[in-house]
Amino acid sequence: MKKTKFEKPFIIISGCIIGVIASMLVFLGNPSNMGFCIACFLRDTAGALSLHSAGAVQYVRPEIIGLIIGSLIMAVSTKEFNPKGGSSPMTRFIIGFFVMIGCLMFLGCPFRMILRLAGGDINAIFGLVGFVIGILAGVFFLNKGYSLGRTHKLSKTEGSIMPIIAIVLLAVLAIFPAALKFTEAGGGPGAKHAAIAISLVAGLIVGALAQRTRLCMVGGIRDAVLFRESKLLLGFIAIFASALVCNLILNAATGTTAYFKLGMEGQPVSHTDWFWNMLGMLLVGFGCVLLGGCPLRQLVLAGEGNSDSAITIIGLVAGAAFAHNFGLASSADGPTANGKIGVIIGIVIVAAIACLNTFKKKKA
Amino acid sequence: MSVLDARGLSCPEPVVMVKKAMASEENARCMTVIVDNVASKENVTRFAEHQGYSVSITEADGEYTLELRK
Repeated sequence: MKKTKFEKPFIIISGCIIGVIASMLVFLGNPSNMGFCIACFLRDTAGALSLHSAGAVQYVRPEIIGLIIGSLIMAVSTKEFNPKGGSSPMTRFIIGFFVMIGCLMFLGCPFRMILRLAGGDINAIFGLVGFVIGILAGVFFLNKGYSLGRTHKLSKTEGSIMPIIAIVLLAVLAIFPAALKFTEAGGGPGAKHAAIAISLVAGLIVGALAQRTRLCMVGGIRDAVLFRESKLLLGFIAIFASALVCNLILNAATGTTAYFKLGMEGQPVSHTDWFWNMLGMLLVGFGCVLLGGCPLRQLVLAGEGNSDSAITIIGLVAGAAFAHNFGLASSADGPTANGKIGVIIGIVIVAAIACLNTFKKKKA
Repeated sequence: MSVLDARGLSCPEPVVMVKKAMASEENARCMTVIVDNVASKENVTRFAEHQGYSVSITEADGEYTLELRK
């Protein structure tokens, strides 16, 4: 019997559960089509910590904390907590930085891209096209021998730092919220959130499932192209399908179109500039293949003790702070000139990183 | 029979390594792959099984040695 026989049913069931949780988080208070968005939530958390001062997007998102801790708990219980790192950390920081610039051009990470599709947001189709092109670019370099080098075993202390930061953030949110900045009621997406306990539990469940299934939004398309493997892609499709069904049920139950509305105009937390939606996600797809996983996967790996992924998360946070401090992030009005320049620079730098870590090695 | 050392490599690099080795004539029927994490073990196993190989795994000290045979 094949050793991997039960993987596919498990990831499909997990994907369905994750899609329902994402959809229900919107019903329980999160911004529309944003049950989960790793990029948006890291950006909101950066804002709460005053790393940027965009008043509309400031809140410590307990989902992020839950994802890291859920992965940690699952990894420890299955003896997969494996502290390691040292595979080109600064390069990962830079790629993480520019992946965030791409996410904030599109207004969402790959996870939210799926949720936007499941909410009927046609703009996300252009994002998906760019995402696939970016992944194909990354796969080209993987086939040519791209590598950021080997990791090394590290101490448990080193591997525990990101989970400890997550727990400290949760403690500050719960006990000393006055130390943080929060979007005022009605002041923007940062003000829309489910109750702390609900967000935390949702993150814990999704983090644990994502750790077990190795769920990765970029890995699905990458593995399908690279190895003709469908496992991760099935998770991606299951999330889309279950969130779509759940959104349609919520529409019917509430008698509104708040959860699914087909079209391009007036979609929540999005803009209609198809070209820059595409280019933003191209940068995200390309960068994430070079990182070995999407932003969700980086959180899960950080929970498993991977300090390269922890550095990548710091890079994502730095990118978010930079994007809002220097006017790179898009809004419902569309992309900004600075954002367009940032995405172009990001694509050039990520491509240079890909070349330098592929062709140089061949000569060596 | 060749030994592929994929320790410390992050996915999908170990699978890319195995895919390339399978394409080369001398390694096509059997090979040994060493990985140091469960995700890589699963990914190499899945890929090898899909390519028609049988896989036997031995674990020692957090490292997995995979014997691939066709």
